[in-house]
Amino acid sequence: MTSELDIFVGNTTLIDEDVYRLWLDGYSVSDAVALRVRSGILEQTGATAAVLQSDTMDHYRTFHMLERLLHAPPKLLHQLIFQIPPSRQALLIERYYAFDEAFVREVLGKKLSKGTKKDLDDISTKTGITLKSCRRQFDNFKRVFKVVEEMRGSLVDNIQQHFLLSDRLARDYAAIVFFANNRFETGKKKLQYLSFGDFAYCAELMIQNWTLGAVDSQVDDMDMDLDKEFLQDLKELKMLVADKDLLDLHKSLVCTALRGKLGVFSEMEANFKNLSRGLVNVAAKLTHNKDVRDLFVDLVEKFVEPCRSDHWPLSDVRLFLNQYSASVHSLDGFRHQALWDRYMGTLRGCLLRLYHD
Amino acid sequence: MPGKLKVKIVAGRHLPVMDRASDLTDAFVEVKFGNTTFKTDVYLKSLNPQWNSEWFKFEVDDEDLQDEPLQITVLDHDTYSANDAIGKVYIDIDPLLYSEAATVISGWFPIYDTIHGIRGEINVIVKVDLFNDLNRFRQSSCGVKFFCTTSIPKCYRAVIIHGFVEELVVNEDPEYQWIDRIRTPRASNEARQRLISLMSGELQRKIGLKVLEMRGNAVVGYLQCFDLEGESGLVVRAIGTACTLDKLSSPAAFLPACNSPSKEMKEIPFNEDPNPNTHSSGPSTPLKNQTYSFSPSKSYSRQSSSSDTDLSLTPKTGMGSGSAGKEGGPFKALLRQQTQSALEQREFPFFTLTAFPPGFLMHVGGVVSARSVKLLDRIHNPDEPETRDAWWAEIRQEIKSHAKALGCHAVVGYSESTSICEEVCILSASGTAAVLNPRFLQDGTVEGCLEQRLEENLPAGCGFCHIPYDELNMPFPAHLTYCYNCRKQKVPDVLFTTIDLPIDATVIGKGCLIQARLCRLKKKAQAEANATAISNLLPFMEYEVHTQLMNKLKLKGMNALFGLRIQITVGENMLMGLASATGVYLAALPTPGGIQIAGKTPNDGSYEQHISHMQKKINDTIAKNKELYEINPPDISEEIIGSPIPEPRQRSRLLRSQSESSDEVTELDLSHGKKDAFVLEIDDTDAMEDVHSLLTDVPPPSGFYSCNTEIMPGINNWTSEIQMFTSVRVIRLSSLNLTNQALNKNFNDLCENLLKSLYFKLRSMIPCCLCHVNFTVSLPEDELIQVTVTAVAITFDKNQALQTTKTHVEKSLQRVSTDNEELLQFPLELCSDSLPSHPFPPAKEHLESASSNSGIPAAQRAVTVEKASPMGEGNFRNRSTPPCANSTVGVVKMTPLSFIPGAKITKYLGIINMFFIRETTSLREEGGVSGFLHAFIAEVFAMVRAHVAALGGNAVVSYIMKQCVFMENPNKNQAQCLINVSGDAVVFVRESELEVLSTQQPTANCQPSCPGGEVTT
Repeated sequence: MTSELDIFVGNTTLIDEDVYRLWLDGYSVSDAVALRVRSGILEQTGATAAVLQSDTMDHYRTFHMLERLLHAPPKLLHQLIFQIPPSRQALLIERYYAFDEAFVREVLGKKLSKGTKKDLDDISTKTGITLKSCRRQFDNFKRVFKVVEEMRGSLVDNIQQHFLLSDRLARDYAAIVFFANNRFETGKKKLQYLSFGDFAYCAELMIQNWTLGAVDSQVDDMDMDLDKEFLQDLKELKMLVADKDLLDLHKSLVCTALRGKLGVFSEMEANFKNLSRGLVNVAAKLTHNKDVRDLFVDLVEKFVEPCRSDHWPLSDVRLFLNQYSASVHSLDGFRHQALWDRYMGTLRGCLLRLYHD
Repeated sequence: MPGKLKVKIVAGRHLPVMDRASDLTDAFVEVKFGNTTFKTDVYLKSLNPQWNSEWFKFEVDDEDLQDEPLQITVLDHDTYSANDAIGKVYIDIDPLLYSEAATVISGWFPIYDTIHGIRGEINVIVKVDLFNDLNRFRQSSCGVKFFCTTSIPKCYRAVIIHGFVEELVVNEDPEYQWIDRIRTPRASNEARQRLISLMSGELQRKIGLKVLEMRGNAVVGYLQCFDLEGESGLVVRAIGTACTLDKLSSPAAFLPACNSPSKEMKEIPFNEDPNPNTHSSGPSTPLKNQTYSFSPSKSYSRQSSSSDTDLSLTPKTGMGSGSAGKEGGPFKALLRQQTQSALEQREFPFFTLTAFPPGFLMHVGGVVSARSVKLLDRIHNPDEPETRDAWWAEIRQEIKSHAKALGCHAVVGYSESTSICEEVCILSASGTAAVLNPRFLQDGTVEGCLEQRLEENLPAGCGFCHIPYDELNMPFPAHLTYCYNCRKQKVPDVLFTTIDLPIDATVIGKGCLIQARLCRLKKKAQAEANATAISNLLPFMEYEVHTQLMNKLKLKGMNALFGLRIQITVGENMLMGLASATGVYLAALPTPGGIQIAGKTPNDGSYEQHISHMQKKINDTIAKNKELYEINPPDISEEIIGSPIPEPRQRSRLLRSQSESSDEVTELDLSHGKKDAFVLEIDDTDAMEDVHSLLTDVPPPSGFYSCNTEIMPGINNWTSEIQMFTSVRVIRLSSLNLTNQALNKNFNDLCENLLKSLYFKLRSMIPCCLCHVNFTVSLPEDELIQVTVTAVAITFDKNQALQTTKTHVEKSLQRVSTDNEELLQFPLELCSDSLPSHPFPPAKEHLESASSNSGIPAAQRAVTVEKASPMGEGNFRNRSTPPCANSTVGVVKMTPLSFIPGAKITKYLGIINMFFIRETTSLREEGGVSGFLHAFIAEVFAMVRAHVAALGGNAVVSYIMKQCVFMENPNKNQAQCLINVSGDAVVFVRESELEVLSTQQPTANCQPSCPGGEVTT
C-alpha cells in the first residue's frame, strides 16, 4: 500500500510555525521529519511517523505554493487563493525575509551578482547554513535590491512599502542594499570582529547624512548612492593635517580641554597627530571608489586598532571624539565647519560603534 | 422580455505575462450572455488593466436568465496571430433573480483557466433590472429560493412543508463527442463546464416550476448531482423539499394558498397511533434494504432531453405533488377521513430535510434503503427517453414500500446517490422511515404545532423513539421495552436513522463518529455478467456493513445512530462499502448489552483462554468508551421499567453468511433483536480479524471529538473558531495481496490514518470537535482507492465542557435540550430574527440599515459581556484570535454546517453551485498529483469565496463537495480533475455584535413573536 496522493486543504490555510522554520532553513522533507521526531512531537501528540511525514509534505507543498507570492509580498495580501489571517501573513513575510547573521556577514558589501551566487556553496559549507537557505537569503537581498534601486524616496520606506517588512527588518535591508550598492569591504580579517548590527548602524548614519537624500529628497537612488559632491568637498578637510599650525592648534585645543579627564591622556597626546591624520586622510580619499570600499578597513586600521592597542576605554574614545570634532569650530583659519560636521558627526557615531573587541 | 442584465468590467490585477518580449499583457474582455457578446477596449501593456467599461446591457427573457451563466473571458490581444485566452469567469445570475437575496454582484473574481488554473483577478459589477411585475414573475420559476441547507433556513419560518421535488436532465458529454478528437483539451473542458452550468440552470428552473405548481416558494435541502456516465452521457439530477417559507420578521403569512385548508386542519385531532398492521411482510430493521434488482436496460436516449415526471410518472393518484395546492377541496375531504395517511397519498412522501421544526417529527421507524444495479447501455434509443427517471421511480417506490412496512407514512433525511464504473451503475437511495405531524404539512404554523405538542402531552425527548409499528404485528423480530424516559410507549433496543439528532432528544454523554468499512473483490466481467455479479455481492456487503456498525455501536456503549450514510462504490475488480454515522446514547432506549464472543471449539483449552482474553479486552474497551464519552445512564432496575415479558437470555446466533447461502439474499435478516447480548461467533479467521479490527479502531486523541451530524451531542459551548477543510488520499494497492482480508485492512488503515492525520493537523484547535465529517470513496482505477473527506473543526470552551461533564439525567436532559435549541435556533429565530436585516417591510428600514452596518464583522467592536447570550455563557472567552477584518481581502467562512457558531445568519444570498475542471499536461512540474490537486482544491475554495464575497456575503453554509473525480496518467505526465461544490451564501453577524446592536435598538418590535423570555434581543 503506497500513498499516491495525500493532501489537506483548509479554508483557512494552516501554517505550522515550526515546519515553516524548517522549510526556511532549507531542510528536505525527510530531514525535517527527522528533526521533528527528535523534538519529541510524536510523544506529545501520540502521532505516528507516517502522520508526521504526511503533515510535513503538506506544509512544504503549501509553502512552495506560497513562495511565489512571498517574492512580492503585496501580492500575498491581495491574492484570493490562500485565506490567511493578516497576523499570519505578516509572520510568513517577516520570517521569509529574515536572514542569518552568519550568512549576511559573508555577503555584506558584495555585489549581488551571479558570481557571488556561485560562491554560495562555499558560504554554505563555512557557515553550516544549508545551500537552499543561503540561496533564499541571497535571492531576497537581490530581489529587494532590484526593486528599490532607482527609486525615489526613503530607502527604508520603499522597502517597507514593497515588501511589507517590519521597521527593524526594513532598516536591516536598507543597510544590506546600501552596502551592496557601495560595495563596502566587510570581509577582511581585521573586520571579522564586527557584527552585522555594527555595519547596519553605520549604514543608517551614512544614509542619513552622506547620501543625496540627506540634501535632496527628490532624486532617484537618493539613499543608496553617496553624495558625490560631498565626497569631492571632503578634500578640503585635508588642510587640517596638511597645515602644521592648524594641526598643532587643534591638538592643543583638544589636549587643554581633556587634560585630567582622560585616563589615557598621555597616549592620546602622543598619538593625536597620527589619529587626526588618519581620520582626515580617510575623508580626503573618499573620491576614489576603491577607497570608499575600504572605508571600514581604513577606519579600523587608522583609528580603532591604534586606540585599542593603547587600551583606551570606550568612554575615553567618546570624550576624545567629541572634543576632537568640537574643537575644529574654534580653529579660526578653518572655513569648512559645516562640511566637517557632516563628515565627523557620522564618523564619530560609526567609530564609537566600531570600537569594541 | 422581462429582464435587462447589466455588466460592467472595472479592472484586472495580477494578470499573467502574455508577451514574453515586454513582460506585459495587452488584455481585453469579452462578456457573453446567451448569444450576445460585448468586448471591452484593449488595455495595452499592463498586468493591472483598468478597463472601466461602459455598462454592457443584455436584454434577455427570464428563461435564459435562469439557465445561462454570464461568461466573462479575458484575452490577450495579438495583432498578428489569434488572441490568446487568459481565462474565464462564469457567474451565476440566479441570486439576483429573487428580491430577498443579493441585489448586485460586485467584486474581484479569480480568472480561471482549465489548464493553468487561476491567472489573476477581474473586478466585475453585475446587475439585473426586472421590468415585470410579481405576477408575471411567478409564471416562470424565477422567484423560487433554493437552499442546500437540510433544515428550515435560520431566518425563515416554514409555513408549509410541501414535500418531494425531483428532476433530471440528460445530455451528451462533450468529452465523448467526436469533435473532442480535434479540439484542444481547453476547449473540451470549457464546453463541459458550460454545458453543466447550463444544465444545472435548466434543472433548477424546472424544479422551481414544480415548486410553484405546489404553491411553494422555496426548495430546502436541494441536492444536485452529476452522473458522468461516460459515453452514454451526462445526467444532472436534483432532489429537494418544496416549502412555503416565510421570512421571520414579517408576521403574517403572505401565501394565500395556505389559508383555507389550514383552519380545518387545526380541528382534526391527530391520531397518535398509526395503523400499519398490514405491513408485516417487510423482513427487517433497523436497517431495511432489499432492492437488488438488476435490470439491463437497453433503452436510453442520447439526445439532450429532460425528463418530466409529471408526464411520465407522477400523477397516477390524482394527488400529484400539490398537497395544499389547487386541489385543496378534494384533498380536504380525504384528510378528514384519513388524517394520518395524508402523506401516503403523495407519490413520494419524501423529505430531504435532516432537521425539523419542533413537533414535526412524531416517530422514527428506522433506516430504509434501496439499491439497484443498472447497465448504462450505449444503444441509442430515442423512443424511450425517460429511462433514468424510470430507474429512480422504481427505487423510490421501493423505499416507500419499505417505509410502509415499518408503519411509517413518510421518509425523512432522504438522499440519492450513484456509483458508476464503466457501463455499470449502482443507484442508491436511503432515508429514515418516519411518522410526521400532518398538520405541519398543510397548515404548519409553528405556533400551532407548539400548542399541539403541549396538548398531546407528548413527552419531550423520547417521542420520536417510540415505535410507529404495531407491537403485536411487528414487521421484524425486535426487542421492545417500555421507553426509559416516559415508561408509556414501546421503544426498540437500537435505532438507526439518516437524520440529525432531533433537537429535543435526550442524550446521555457525548456522541462519536462510527464507521463501518468493507471491501469485496469481484471478478472483472463485462456488461450483464458484471451487473449480476455486483447484484449478488450487494446483500452480503449490506449485511456486513450493518454487522460492523452494530458491533462498533455496542463497543461504544451506545444505542442509536444518526446521520447514517452508507456508500457502496463499484470498481472494476472490487466493491467498497463505507458507512458513517454518529453514535449516541439515547436516554429513552435501553442500555445496550455487551458483546459476547462464542468460540466454535469449546473443548480446546488454549483456545478458550484466548477467547476469554478477547472477551476481557472487549469488555474493557466498552468500559473505557463509556468513560470517554461520559455515558453514565442512571441505574433503573428492570422492574420499575416493567420490561415486557423478561425473556430468557437466549443468545440467538448470528450467522455470518459469507458464501453459498444464496437463499438468504432475498430475505436478509439484519435484525439482531431478541437478545440482551450481542454474540460474535469466531468460527473463522475472518471473524477473528473483525474482532481485532473492532479493537484496533483508535479513539481520537484527548480533546478531540468527531461526528458526522451537524451538532455534537453533549457539547454546547462552541467558540467562533472554525476550520473547514478537505483532505484527499489515494492509495495504490499492490496487486499481489489482493485478498478480501488484505483489502479490508488496507482500506481500514487508509481511513484510520486519514483521521489520525486530521487530528494531528488540527491539534492547535484542541479542545475541538470535527463536525459533519463526510467521507467519500471512489475507485478511479483498478488498484487505486480514493478517499475524500470534508469536515469542519470547531473549537469549544473546555472549562464549560468540564462543568457539564458531571452528568445527571435531569441535568443532561435539560442541557441537551437547551443546547440543541441554541444550535438549531428553531425557537430562537422566531424572535431574534426580527432584528437583523430584512429588506422587505419598508417600515423597518431603519433596522435594516443598522444591521447592514454590522454585516461585516468589525474588529473594533467590543465584545460585550455575554449576558444571557443565546449561544450559552462564556463562549467568547476563547476568542483570542483577532478577527481578520483589516485584511484587504474579506474573510469568507465556509462550513458544511447550516449555522456558524457564535453568529447569527441574517440573510441568505442564494445558492452556490459550481463545477470546475482542471487539467494538466505538466503534472511533474506542478508538483505531481498531490501538488496538482492541492492547488486545484485551494483554487476551488478561492472561487467559491470570491463569488460569495461578490454577492455581499461573508460565509457559505451547508457547503458540500459533491464530486471530486480525479484521473491521472503519470506516464503521459497528465492529470484531470472535476470538482462540484455547492452551498448557501449567507451574511452572518457575530452574536456579540448583535448584542451591541440590540442594546441600541428598541426591543419592542421583536417582542411579540418571542416564545419565551429567555432570549436576548
